Amino acid sequence: MELISNLSLGFGVALTLTNLFYCLFGVLLGTLIGVLPGIGPVATIAMLLPVTFTLPPVSALIMLAGIYYGAQYGGSTTAILVNLPGEAASVVTTLDGYQMARQGRAGAALGIAAIGSFIAGCFATVLIALFAPPLADLALKFGPAEYFSLMVLGLIAATVLAHGSLIKAIAMVVLGLLLGIVGTDVNSGTARFNFGIPELSDGIGFVTVAMGMFGIAEIIVNLEHGEKREVFTAKVTNLLPTRKDFMQAAPAIARGTLLGSALGILPGGGALLASFAAYTFEKKMAKDASQFGKGDIRGVAGPESANNAGAQTSFIPLLTLGIPSNAVMALMIGAMMIQGIAPGPQVMSEKPDLFWGMIASMWVGNLMLVVLNLPLIGMWIKLLTVPYRFLYPAILLFCCIGVYSINNSSFDVLMMVLFAILGYVCIKLECEPAPLILGFILGPMMEENLRRAMLLSRGDPMVFLQKPISAGLLAVAVLLLVIVVAPAVRKKREEAFQE
Amino acid sequence: MKIKNAKDFWAGAMFVAFGLGFAIVARNYPMGSGVRMGPAYFPTVLGLLLAVLGLAILVHSFASAHTRVPPFKFRPLILVLIAIGLFGLLLKPLGLVLATFILVIVGALGGHEFRWRDVLILASILAAFGVLVFNYGLSLPFNIWPAALG
Repeated sequence: MELISNLSLGFGVALTLTNLFYCLFGVLLGTLIGVLPGIGPVATIAMLLPVTFTLPPVSALIMLAGIYYGAQYGGSTTAILVNLPGEAASVVTTLDGYQMARQGRAGAALGIAAIGSFIAGCFATVLIALFAPPLADLALKFGPAEYFSLMVLGLIAATVLAHGSLIKAIAMVVLGLLLGIVGTDVNSGTARFNFGIPELSDGIGFVTVAMGMFGIAEIIVNLEHGEKREVFTAKVTNLLPTRKDFMQAAPAIARGTLLGSALGILPGGGALLASFAAYTFEKKMAKDASQFGKGDIRGVAGPESANNAGAQTSFIPLLTLGIPSNAVMALMIGAMMIQGIAPGPQVMSEKPDLFWGMIASMWVGNLMLVVLNLPLIGMWIKLLTVPYRFLYPAILLFCCIGVYSINNSSFDVLMMVLFAILGYVCIKLECEPAPLILGFILGPMMEENLRRAMLLSRGDPMVFLQKPISAGLLAVAVLLLVIVVAPAVRKKREEAFQE
Repeated sequence: MKIKNAKDFWAGAMFVAFGLGFAIVARNYPMGSGVRMGPAYFPTVLGLLLAVLGLAILVHSFASAHTRVPPFKFRPLILVLIAIGLFGLLLKPLGLVLATFILVIVGALGGHEFRWRDVLILASILAAFGVLVFNYGLSLPFNIWPAALG
């Protein structure tokens, strides 16, 4: 079996002492920032990007991946104990998880969240191992036209799944594409949109944009609201759920895992969407939905499994097509490029140790999380009592040092200020920053593939419709738009995000 | 005409401004043709597309539901941004320790509570942590103390 030999290669890589260490470090750091409200995986990974330069590529990616799925575990702890989402994807866990805590069942809620996440993580790991190779084979046949259409589809899907206004999300994507092509044009050597500033000739750094719009802008918005946090410090006992809890939660875990895995693969998907969808789904499926919102264990088990599954399967488009499906994956592309690896289908054949090592590490990381997390809960609770006024200056410092150290330049730090302003204005005007980040990373790739496709077709734009794969991808993109714009679905979508 | 949806109105205006801005600046570069696209081709098309999208959002804002832009609170915004800017400019001349103190103190002024004792303790811990982790741990080439002192 090829799969087994591949996986054993992967485990060989993941189980070396160095990689185990970075995996542990990643999942612990991920849990930490997941627990702390006000700082998420995007800002953390962005901060660590410059540091990864000094690590071997496999270790760097293993660590960064661990931060993402580790954050899903940590986010649920805060949701259950404090009624605050430690991480965006655990918003729905607050609904039933906190109620369970108030009824003295915090232990059961935490336990089932960890167990559900672990099961989902294992399943998603197998799924990646099974589906990534055939997808990568398919992607190797892609020419520039197919790539361009695929990116169009990815961007459209990302806007459809973003919440809020569709047209604003599309506008944010286009703005991101434009910001992405600032800098020297590779074909002609023309420095574009640099306004005579030499630092801009190399383009705007991705980390600068991500930190400004996510990290700093969010701190400023958080500071506008007062701080009120009521930690459930009552002793958390009995981490193991009862037999009855298990019986009730098991089907919810299974459903959440499947739903989350499917939604994670979609461009624009990932943990956030998966958890929302799973909660709605559990509510619809339940014969007696009256307990939802009052401490139903299914309302914890479903979304918590789904967000972890979604976090992991969102690696599939990244690893097979080289296309990021959400902001965290866009950062992973950044990390690969820092290491001199061009993301895409060739990664699997050219660097099998990297590819399979990373997949195996996800399983190892999930095991570490479930083993370590439950005993460490006491420590996380202590951390939650640290007030935000001590946290945010620390986050500010790490953001500044992270951005500065990429090029050792003050200019980048000042650029981050500009993007923080843009991010702040966007939050106030209800424009989601995530689509902009996706557009930003895809801008140069899209232009390059568009140019190549048009050159090959001698300037005939019909090439995008004549190639069957490309036409199919574009058709799906149009279909998605039509479905969303259709009034009936639009109403449903708004309802879904309302919940 | 009355602006009903102020959020959308300003968002639309922002997109129109960005779109036209990119399209106009792109006129400085060669356009090329469909076969051989010049450096101006892609940004011009996208810039105009963005302007059209922005215009659509803007027009729609006269017809859609009533919203207001939530008020900007300038104290945290300005102080946090100044703190970052100062850190960026002063890291090289003043070194990591003093730049960290400035960042933490100015940044903390943007919060709700400001207690000198707490802020100074926090700044000391972060400065020590920064020097240990970034200078010694990751050997990033920062000055620790002001360059003038040696």
